[in-house]
Amino acid sequence: MSPLRRRSPFPRILLYAVLLAASVAFVAPFAWMIVTSLKPVEQAMSLPPDWIPREYDAVIAGRRVEVTKDYELRQAGEVVEMTAGEDAGRRVFLSAHQLAAGAGPWRVVHSVAPGWWHVTERLGEGRGAEPPRWDIVPPEAITSRVRLRWVNYPDALARLGGDTGGDDPAARLGRVSFWVFLGNSLTVCLLGVAGTVLSNAIVAYGFARLKWRGRDAFFAVTLATMMVPFPVLMVPLYGVFRGFGWIGTLLPLWVPAFFGSAFNIFLMRQFFRTIPEELSEAARIDGCSEWRIFWRIVLPLSKPVLATAALLHFLYAWNDFMAPLLYLTRKSTYTLSLALQSYESQTGGVQWHYLMAASAVTVLPVVVLFFFTQKVFIQGIATTGSKG
Amino acid sequence: MTPRERKGLFAGLGFTSLWIIGLAVFTGYPVVASLYFSFCDYSILKAPVWIGLENYRHLVHDELFWKSLRNTLFYAGLAVPLGTVVSLALAVLLNQEVRGRTLFRTIFYLPSIVPVVASAMLWLWIFNGEYGLLNAALKPFLAVVGLTPPAWLADPNWAKPALVIMSLWGTGNAMVIFLAGLQNVPKELYEAAAIDGATGWRRFWHVTLPMIAPVIYFNVIISLIGALQVFTQAFIMSEAANGNGNGSDGNPARSTLFYTIYLFSTAFYDLRMGYASAMAYVLFVVIAVLTWLATRLSRERLAQFE
Repeated sequence: MSPLRRRSPFPRILLYAVLLAASVAFVAPFAWMIVTSLKPVEQAMSLPPDWIPREYDAVIAGRRVEVTKDYELRQAGEVVEMTAGEDAGRRVFLSAHQLAAGAGPWRVVHSVAPGWWHVTERLGEGRGAEPPRWDIVPPEAITSRVRLRWVNYPDALARLGGDTGGDDPAARLGRVSFWVFLGNSLTVCLLGVAGTVLSNAIVAYGFARLKWRGRDAFFAVTLATMMVPFPVLMVPLYGVFRGFGWIGTLLPLWVPAFFGSAFNIFLMRQFFRTIPEELSEAARIDGCSEWRIFWRIVLPLSKPVLATAALLHFLYAWNDFMAPLLYLTRKSTYTLSLALQSYESQTGGVQWHYLMAASAVTVLPVVVLFFFTQKVFIQGIATTGSKG
Repeated sequence: MTPRERKGLFAGLGFTSLWIIGLAVFTGYPVVASLYFSFCDYSILKAPVWIGLENYRHLVHDELFWKSLRNTLFYAGLAVPLGTVVSLALAVLLNQEVRGRTLFRTIFYLPSIVPVVASAMLWLWIFNGEYGLLNAALKPFLAVVGLTPPAWLADPNWAKPALVIMSLWGTGNAMVIFLAGLQNVPKELYEAAAIDGATGWRRFWHVTLPMIAPVIYFNVIISLIGALQVFTQAFIMSEAANGNGNGSDGNPARSTLFYTIYLFSTAFYDLRMGYASAMAYVLFVVIAVLTWLATRLSRERLAQFE
């Protein structure tokens, strides 16, 4: 462009280098989430971390099967099969040291060198209670190929609702389908969005386009309430909802949206004020009521700000954790976020592959929403910032 | 009041009626009730009993109160300045003429819309002391100087810095706001600065920064208010990284017992709601004072620039 641009404070290459490094730092956590969600759990916890989900195969008992790499042996020894006693027919590994100590009733199957791997057959569906077979094989006998374990996703979602795969009737009781959580989240989000758009538009019209005594003082009070931190409201609000009999239902999470919020009133008022007053005046002369002016003239011209408020509320409601934690008591009313946290705290957070799969499912809707509405999103965020 | 004025008033009240109800029920009553409860012995199970300043007197001697306050200020003191610097730096970089600006902007922005619960799970995994991605990446570098990486969320000294790092990942929202502010800076100003011979750093310091100072100020206030109420990620991660407790303990060693977490558990686990209300009002005052201070300071700064 101009000579001005060429005197940019950053040399080009440095600029791109910094941007690329920052991008890697911002993307890596996402990528790690997806990669982990597609691995079996023991690969998720392998060291050093592997960026590729794999399937390992080795020959056990003459058959090529999928295996888990359990651990690497540090010492030489032999795999033997017991030939007498209770353990007859069982195979065990004996180190060179143990072998030297005594000669039991066993038959040597094969010898093992240091650096070989203990592998166990990965059981497929329907193998029942049969114990998995294992062996100790040289590293070069294990082949690997890329395999994305999408099956983790349905498994993780089933576990979210308390389904651990067993058929135990006691465990089946109190099991909740993932779709119920999704339904709860969508209920809260969509009803909340409807309430937000409708109520705030009506209220903001009263502040932006009508002149009445006390309006400006009331608006100042409205703005001031934005300063009040939620913890101040938390305890009495709980009492209010308890009085209504709403604790344990989704109502506290979406009904308030139908009664306006200071931020959205402010956002919409700013927009409504930019619509030329002449349009309203002309309609008034034609005998239009204020409601008709609002509904037929101002609202249709305000789609951008309505979309912004709708998006921001959807995001807020989808991501909210504290309010669901406070008000929801039964599992069947949990939102997706709360279900995810509850699953994590029950399992102690070691099933990283399932946790990452369930997290990815929770993230997916907002990412998809973002890609479809990117413009509204970015412009909305930008205006909320610059007008504050 | 003329009939015309009265008609106007009715219309105004009519349009704002939903908000009048909403304001009264969901904000007005709670703000007042909370203040009243703060002078009472109150669990939700029984009617509040007036005890005067007892709750506030108790607060002064409550070690956990001070601990949670220190933790919160430590967290906010790191997260807010670092977040501002990182998001402003990214915005300045993207405000240059770069190819793929939209792509970069998307990459930096996306983490900020990830549900906190999901990002807490993700960072719990990344910060895992044994198998975590971060330590796997750090180990070889630290080994050169003979150090080992910390256990992050399981280490009382590193749990808060870990939460700060996580917060930096979600700084994209502020970046978008800064970028919009930067793009609103009139080009003529840069041209004038160029004629005066100002380049690079000087141009940034004397033209860009003063022009977007209001935006920075706005952002600092918003993120400060947010940081002082940090809850969800600490609630989830402190519990999960340390294996026991119910998230409100501020494990490890109460290093992540933040103000809102202590308040929440006082109110809803211990059912000492009067005491919790007193805590809430202290927070309210702290936030109000900080906001007022920041407003005053930034006004002075802005006046200097003008």
